[in-house]
Amino acid sequence: MNPISSLTSLFAQAPAAIENGFWFPAPSSTIAAEVDWMFYFILWINIVFFVLILAVMVYFMVVYRRKDMNLPPTSTSHNNTLEVTWSVLPSLLVLLIFYWGFTGFLDLRDAPANSYEIKVTAKKWNWTFTYPNGYADSDLHVPMDRPVKLIMGSDDVLHSLYIPAFRVKQDVVPGRYTSLWFNANRQGEFQLFCTEYCGTKHSEMLAKVTTHPSGEFERWLDQAVMKLDELPPVELGGLMYKRRGCSGCHSIDGVAGTGPSFKGTFGTEQAFADGSKHVIDENYIRESIIEPTAKVRAGFRPVMPTYKGQLRDKQIDGLIEYIKSLKN
Amino acid sequence: MATTEIPAGSGLVQPLGRSTAPDNFLTHTRGFASWALTLDHKRIGLMYLACTSSSFLIGGIMALILRTKLLTGNSVSWMSHDVYNHMFTLHGAVMVFLFIIPGIPAALGNFVLPIMLGAKDVAFPKMNLGSFYLWIFGAIFLVTAILAGGLDTGWTFYTPYSTATNTSVVLATMGVFVLGFSSIFTGLNFIVTIHTMRPPGMTWFRMPLFLWATYATAIIQVLATPVLGITLLLLICERLMGIGIFDPKLGGDPVLFQHFFWFYSHPAVYIMILPAMGVVSELISTFSRKPIFGYTFIAYSSLAIALLGFLVWGHHMFTSGQSKLASVIFSFLTFSVSIPSAIKVFNWLATMYKGSISFATPMCYALTFIFLFSIGGLTGLFLGALSVDVHLHDTYFVVAHFHYVMMGGTMVAFLGGVFYWWPKMTGKMYNETMGQISALLVFIGFNATFFPQFVMGARGMPRRYYNYLPEFQFFHQFSTFGSYVLGLGLSLAAFALIYSIFKGKTAPANPWGSATLEWQCSSPPPHDNFSQTPSVNHPYAVETQVYDPQLGGFRKDPNVVPLEH
Repeated sequence: MNPISSLTSLFAQAPAAIENGFWFPAPSSTIAAEVDWMFYFILWINIVFFVLILAVMVYFMVVYRRKDMNLPPTSTSHNNTLEVTWSVLPSLLVLLIFYWGFTGFLDLRDAPANSYEIKVTAKKWNWTFTYPNGYADSDLHVPMDRPVKLIMGSDDVLHSLYIPAFRVKQDVVPGRYTSLWFNANRQGEFQLFCTEYCGTKHSEMLAKVTTHPSGEFERWLDQAVMKLDELPPVELGGLMYKRRGCSGCHSIDGVAGTGPSFKGTFGTEQAFADGSKHVIDENYIRESIIEPTAKVRAGFRPVMPTYKGQLRDKQIDGLIEYIKSLKN
Repeated sequence: MATTEIPAGSGLVQPLGRSTAPDNFLTHTRGFASWALTLDHKRIGLMYLACTSSSFLIGGIMALILRTKLLTGNSVSWMSHDVYNHMFTLHGAVMVFLFIIPGIPAALGNFVLPIMLGAKDVAFPKMNLGSFYLWIFGAIFLVTAILAGGLDTGWTFYTPYSTATNTSVVLATMGVFVLGFSSIFTGLNFIVTIHTMRPPGMTWFRMPLFLWATYATAIIQVLATPVLGITLLLLICERLMGIGIFDPKLGGDPVLFQHFFWFYSHPAVYIMILPAMGVVSELISTFSRKPIFGYTFIAYSSLAIALLGFLVWGHHMFTSGQSKLASVIFSFLTFSVSIPSAIKVFNWLATMYKGSISFATPMCYALTFIFLFSIGGLTGLFLGALSVDVHLHDTYFVVAHFHYVMMGGTMVAFLGGVFYWWPKMTGKMYNETMGQISALLVFIGFNATFFPQFVMGARGMPRRYYNYLPEFQFFHQFSTFGSYVLGLGLSLAAFALIYSIFKGKTAPANPWGSATLEWQCSSPPPHDNFSQTPSVNHPYAVETQVYDPQLGGFRKDPNVVPLEH
């Protein structure tokens, strides 16, 4: 925290006591307190200036309201002292805001060297979080009280990863890696949003962030991997369907979405965009996962991103079994 | 009587009696062609006013439909995800490119600027008409784009989404490209007019502040708009020919597009707000019956904003992946722009000191402007501060902020200006009570719509969302009901204006007591504005204007010697 913060913590605490939870979700990372403090500092500057402007305006409106059509007595129309005062004072204040915003920004952007790294892949319209041991999930789980660094890439268009409770946000850009870091200090489940417009289901590109107390995170990760390998193929496929983003476009109730529904399609003959016909079999599903635009069903757009190298054979087998199980 | 000495339609105010001049610019010639091919800046201004206002109506209806969808956070049967995305894109594109950018300069500016200056027309009347037709062509391109597949990129056209989507991006960007030229033509015309067509006595520092503001705006229009044109051409090249400029798959850089785009679109924010500030400077002075306070500071602050406005585009990109150093520099420069804006607000308040303040409709809108623009400007401090912006970027906080500036600022000043110059444009007085009630409804409705958006934005509600989480429902519903009040207020304002054309009282030449030149010719002005070169005093020498109850307005007192304020 800043040295002057103790002096001005009055500003931060007064509204925080009254309005905690009004302006922000509860601060849940180490950086959040600093950002909130800065927000309240600017808020109070805003309130003081706004009340000043409003009070003067309303006072003049009442006292100097027009009573007759005569010209009011002549008064001066320039005063250099006034002009300099109301230019210099705000300048000093905004310099202060700039400086603290700048130092806070460096804290936000510079991840500590010992950060726990998680790889993030964004694609329309889901997130994949891959842990150092290769385990991937559509929700984010992080250890508490330890810096976590997300290294992020996009498979298609711009996305942006935003966790309001941690006060962090960073665009995810195709063709390069961006990163952000945080140190979560509150146990619970938090919301993660995509905040860069990315098409049809932008508003459903959500994920949950779960924080685990130190020690419990490793246990959670081990169990997650074990559970996955022990699952029967159909259940593994169902889990992949939910976690790896298939559900964003392919329904299991027969209603077509951005992509065709999985229900009752296996083994049927379907028309394709190029006019050909083909039976939906194991090889077709496998090809569609690895090279989605090779054969596109009639009436659908070639928008599915590839999963090549992102799903293991066992997981693809699971998905095939899962689709097989969805009979009419 | 003195009237007999002045030939009818001379453009000079007749000391007694109503302005009965039979010939004015509306009646000078008749027929469709006399409007469609007119070179008269006043008629072009009115045509621009009709077209930009219609665009505002269309954009506004879209906004109300969007807000109605947002009454619920779940999918609704009557509007799909895609339709919603198309509609917020078109709401933004129509409002920005068809209404706010040309709104004040091309509609009000075209009508008022030459008369205020004491000139008979703009420097290049044909180019002025050309600018209007470019606007029409641009609008046709946009409409065609809507009919031929729509547009779902957001008004910002961010790559690589805009190069990948199968909607009519090329048609829409062509439209915006053409609209850009319309804007450049207007700007060029105003710069040359102000430089070369000032009559004797109209020195730079005797120009009304609206002209200073329009001049500063014109500089931005001429220098920044070509960059938008080039950017959109590059986007079209990439889409049609597969030349890799922005798409990483082709070796391009998507963040480069954002730099190019905001290099225009941030200065464009000042194309939108500077003329509004100019209008407010006129309104505050006139309705306080006082010369404007700190004339030179307001004039120079317009130029300062125009120049500094070029250096801050990167503040739209703090979370985009641009370098840390760039973000820090842009944050610093961003704060420097806030000072000239603050100077203007303080000077407007000082103008009201010891004035004789009338609450005629234009002043109600001007006071609303100060209230809303102050909130819009002050909340900009949150967004300029790097660490806080990271949290607020791309949330409803930003949506609220720019609506407070663009709509609470520019649109409200536009309305104030329309009510102010309406008697001059049409020769009719609108109903004052109706006008005042409309201003009140706009004030209440606007705050009810957009203030809750600050709160939900800070709480984490992202923008451009079709569905939302239940915790945001209260704020969204509050905002939607506010938007209905706002819509009602704006409808009443439109009704008051249109009603006056048919039922309004005849307007005097100078209903408000302003000393600027447009009030020295009759209402509506004659075709040539001035039959003889007007004598130019200080624009805010309000002491020269005395109220004449017989006229229902003000007239120049020949015995008063104007002061240099």
